[in-house]
Amino acid sequence: MSNLDQLYRSVIMDHYKKPRNKGQLEGSNVAIDMNNPTCGDRIHLTLQVDDNIVTDAKFEGEGCSISMSSASMMTQLIKGKTTEEALAFAQTFSEMMLGQEHDEDMDLGDIEALSGVAQFPARIKCATLAWKAMEKGINKEG
Amino acid sequence: MIKDDIRSYFPILNQEINGNPLVYLDSAATSQKPIQVIEALKKYYEFDNSNVHRGVHTLGNRATDDYEGAREKVRKFINAKSTEEIIFTRGTTAGLNMVASSYGRANVSEGDEIVITYMEHHSNLIPWQQLAKATNATLKYIDMEADGTLSMAAIKAAITDRTKIVSVTYASNVLGTINAIKDIAKIAHQHGAVMVVDGAQGVPHMTTDVQDLDCDFLAFSGHKMCGPTGIGVLYGKKEHLLNMEPVEFGGEMINFVGLQDSTWADLPAKFEAGTPVIAGAIGLGAAIDFLTDIGMDNILAHEHKLSQYTFENLSSIEGLTIYGPQDPLARTGLATFNIDDVHPHDLATALDSRGIAVRAGHHCAQPLMKWLSCVATARASFYVYNNEEDIDKLAEGVRFAKEYFANV
Repeated sequence: MSNLDQLYRSVIMDHYKKPRNKGQLEGSNVAIDMNNPTCGDRIHLTLQVDDNIVTDAKFEGEGCSISMSSASMMTQLIKGKTTEEALAFAQTFSEMMLGQEHDEDMDLGDIEALSGVAQFPARIKCATLAWKAMEKGINKEG
Repeated sequence: MIKDDIRSYFPILNQEINGNPLVYLDSAATSQKPIQVIEALKKYYEFDNSNVHRGVHTLGNRATDDYEGAREKVRKFINAKSTEEIIFTRGTTAGLNMVASSYGRANVSEGDEIVITYMEHHSNLIPWQQLAKATNATLKYIDMEADGTLSMAAIKAAITDRTKIVSVTYASNVLGTINAIKDIAKIAHQHGAVMVVDGAQGVPHMTTDVQDLDCDFLAFSGHKMCGPTGIGVLYGKKEHLLNMEPVEFGGEMINFVGLQDSTWADLPAKFEAGTPVIAGAIGLGAAIDFLTDIGMDNILAHEHKLSQYTFENLSSIEGLTIYGPQDPLARTGLATFNIDDVHPHDLATALDSRGIAVRAGHHCAQPLMKWLSCVATARASFYVYNNEEDIDKLAEGVRFAKEYFANV
């Protein structure tokens, strides 16, 4: 597989072209805006957190296939999880992006497809944008 | 005409990136350096390194002669009246900040206007925003035509008797638009305002004559014109510089220093506190020699030829939009574009996999991106060492990316 194919797995492009959980939760209790000032990508993430559980998640934004697919996959993954679990996913994802040792037993689902991003240092910030927003939102809520 | 062997002077071009020969199309971000500049830096550090304007020893004299020699080369290059008008800075940003914080603070007050354009790089926008906030002045923008140019009517409408500063880019880093600085300066002066020029994207690409333009200040960077990073120039008319307060204080910029009070050195030292970027200035001098040998008019003609070729080649790609003036001769050598359904970051990564370096993002011009209604764009920018083959490869690369992302 070429480097380019490592980066652009079909599952990533699928999430980019058909984003899951796109939109905005009305009346949600967590709403976060975040942007990447170096490239202009931006995300508006809304979460509904009840009794420490992320019961719903939606995102809106503009950006490249990596940032938008990452947001789509993340919202899919964290729905129904506790905030601690969501933050643990974020931690593992960040380690995966930086090419560091991470908990390989953790089931990240589709997100494993983003592992190729670690080979493209300039694109790591694209992949982590939604996750940084989620971490900020949950920490503010908590 | 630019000779075919031009590329042999740029050692960096002779390498492969991701298994393909490097195609460098990001010169508007920074240009590559010819061997003459690299050698000048090496010679300075190997034989002449010393501080300037201090010791009486031989090395000190050599370094001072070379540093001041570079200043004379800059003076001649932009046709300033005197080397007193040439201040070495660390780049365009530093120069524009100096004008805003020294001239601006002293001459702008509540109710005054500062006039800029929507096509300014953040470096020619935020210093004025800050000045306007600090002085309660108004920051005004000249309306832009749909093709990314400024009309004389819009310029005349924006500049009034309350305008104290007009600051416009010589050439846009996104649109490629070359602005009619001479005409804008005339209007600014009729209203008693000074004309400041962001020369970062203009001075490297065309003949610049500050007396003909009649601008009051011009800032530019060495690294976009074959020189090293960390060196830039602020040109200012002597009448302004004489009356301006220094921005930084310390060594080299003083005349007498007492316990409670000090006086300033003459121009240009007044604005060059501390040990200057000696090697950088010498490197810039070597870059100016290199560019002058080629001829600035030849460089602009070469870029126009490449722009024309780019328009012809990229326009045939379905779903591709090139922003800015559609006349290649009204622009510097760059093409900012988007293709449907491929985000510029993804495009840039796909091009990089073929050894092609382009810029993707908002190009430090967020208000302009908003005006263009895009979040980001891709930009290919050319310089003396680029040729038609580079553009063929770019067009092939864009076609490849379009196909790749449609099918992945």
